[in-house]
Amino acid sequence: MATTTTTVPSAGPVAGLRSFLSRLREGDEIARMITFLFAASVVLVTLLLVFVLWQGSVLPRHKFGFSFFRTSVWDPIFGQFGALPFIYGTLVTAAVSLFIAVPLGIGAAIFLAELAPARISDTLEFFIDLLAAVPSVIYGVLGVFIVVPLMRQYIQPALKHSLGFLPLFQGPAYGIGFLTAGVVLAIMVIPYIISVSREVLLSVPRDQREAALSLGSTRWEATWRVVVPFARPGIFGSIFLALARALGETMAVTMVIGNTPIISASLFSPGYSIAAVIANELTEASSNLHYQSLIELGLVLFLLTFVLNGLARLLIVATSQRGRAMGHT
Amino acid sequence: MKRITGLLLVVLAVAGVLWAESALSITGAGATFPYPMYSKWFDEYHKKNANLEINYQSIGSGGGIKQVTEGTVDFGATDGPMNDEQLKAFQDKHGFGILHFPTVLGADVPSYNIPGVSAELNFTQEAISGIFLGKITKWNDPAIAGANKGVSLPANDIIVVHRSEGSGTTYIWTDYLSKISDEWKTKVGKGASVNWPVGLGQKGNEGVAGMIKQTPNSFGYIELIYAIQNNMAYGRVKNSSGAFIKADLASVTAAAAGAAKNMPDDFRVSITDAPGKTAYPISSFTWLLVPAKFSDATKRDAIKGFVKWMLADGQNYTEALSYAKLPKEVVAKELKALNNVQ
Repeated sequence: MATTTTTVPSAGPVAGLRSFLSRLREGDEIARMITFLFAASVVLVTLLLVFVLWQGSVLPRHKFGFSFFRTSVWDPIFGQFGALPFIYGTLVTAAVSLFIAVPLGIGAAIFLAELAPARISDTLEFFIDLLAAVPSVIYGVLGVFIVVPLMRQYIQPALKHSLGFLPLFQGPAYGIGFLTAGVVLAIMVIPYIISVSREVLLSVPRDQREAALSLGSTRWEATWRVVVPFARPGIFGSIFLALARALGETMAVTMVIGNTPIISASLFSPGYSIAAVIANELTEASSNLHYQSLIELGLVLFLLTFVLNGLARLLIVATSQRGRAMGHT
Repeated sequence: MKRITGLLLVVLAVAGVLWAESALSITGAGATFPYPMYSKWFDEYHKKNANLEINYQSIGSGGGIKQVTEGTVDFGATDGPMNDEQLKAFQDKHGFGILHFPTVLGADVPSYNIPGVSAELNFTQEAISGIFLGKITKWNDPAIAGANKGVSLPANDIIVVHRSEGSGTTYIWTDYLSKISDEWKTKVGKGASVNWPVGLGQKGNEGVAGMIKQTPNSFGYIELIYAIQNNMAYGRVKNSSGAFIKADLASVTAAAAGAAKNMPDDFRVSITDAPGKTAYPISSFTWLLVPAKFSDATKRDAIKGFVKWMLADGQNYTEALSYAKLPKEVVAKELKALNNVQ
């Protein structure tokens, strides 16, 4: 992935001004300024968001300090607020969803981009885009009426029976909880992974494929060893998009997670996520401390997304350098 | 040209008159539970008073209290009365107080799903508080079985379901639990959302009801109107006189009548566990919050006019929508209190 930068030589301030004016007349400069404004507004909105969340959470920040992150009691009546179970629930459900969605999504994208006939690929792509546009409350309803009963009656007993020695699959099978929320989230984010990964795989230059094939590799080898590594940054991008969606999802999660702030190793246990508790309690928050603690949870979710995104970018840099190094040897 | 200008002027004049006629608009915000009733009332009242439009946003009791305190709406509405701290905040901000006016009544009912049990169960105070504190964990516990002779209850674990979002329904339920159990009062307390000792949270009456229907051996609470409109089975609850009462509109109004004798002047009264042989114990008023002073006299008269109508003719619309109506004693007292709005 080479990037090219062009530098325009400038000869003195007068010539610079003249070229600026000519560019202004041709419209280039206007386009640049307008698009710059649009780009800057993204930064502005982000900063504004952090500022508002920071301002709105003065009381709990002063009262609890860092113990807000470490304690796990959430008691609106007695004014005790700790974010730990919500952070845990958010991370666990997102992890479960990616664990399911990443292999499925990337596998489907490889099939659609590399192996399927164009007509099938384009038809399926239409359905996938349709799925990505379904409102989350619909996925929540689907979760409540289909996934939850299936979980309670078949999947959870089966998991308990086969993998019950792991702490992950112990305890009563309510049907709702971390696992169910993760599964519903997986269904929601798979379209993102497929759609973006397919586009990225399709944009890999033909030369790459043909070179691999001409060296005698099979079609699968060319796909797996050449095309997929080439498209890796874009595929990672699709996973981050899915992760962001999973972290922030509210409606579908609250309908199937059980809304109970507990930390449990078992995926069968009910839990709670940050976005869900904010949506549930903000409108009826009785005290200022309760209200502002919910705002601080918003800040925590923002930080969490920020940190995970940063780590993800580091991962890209690390893996793509290794890939390049391997390519040179 | 002249004719067109003239025509335009006429049109403008007519529009101006129409606009002036419907100019008075009052906004309110708050509780979601009485929203169907309120929107029916505002609609009917608008038919009688074409020049007055009342807009109501059902954003939740907490939001209603917040907005009326900040002065962004003309009146608020709540399922749980404002506490002293909130009243003080209003007084400090505006220099005058805010009044509570009960409008209709609601109730919570205990609902359950036990495979093989179709009988209507009786619940004592000890059973309900024990289950929600996590002390009674099996359906065949003596505290439940003792009040249900002849019903064979299984030895299965009880799965408790409660509301996940802050709600007036939860306020009524926890207010009741605080009255019947000292342990609940000191450990958990009452509020729109609390730190539940046990149970799964589901969103909305429909969420709790759906979870109970789906899950064998579950137990939870549902707003009475939702249970009536969806033909849900629910149990009887033992009241303070020792009788097992099934919630319906009459037994809820009876609870209000029982409490009316000791009604404080500001109407901030809880009628859970109310006295009276036929009173259903998990009942509550829902209130309009009206500032005691208005700078705009037309607005004040409009709101007072509406409350007066709501207490008289308005009460006739309640039962069609499954709300229990106010007892006569309370209506008389409210009409008197209305004079304090200036």
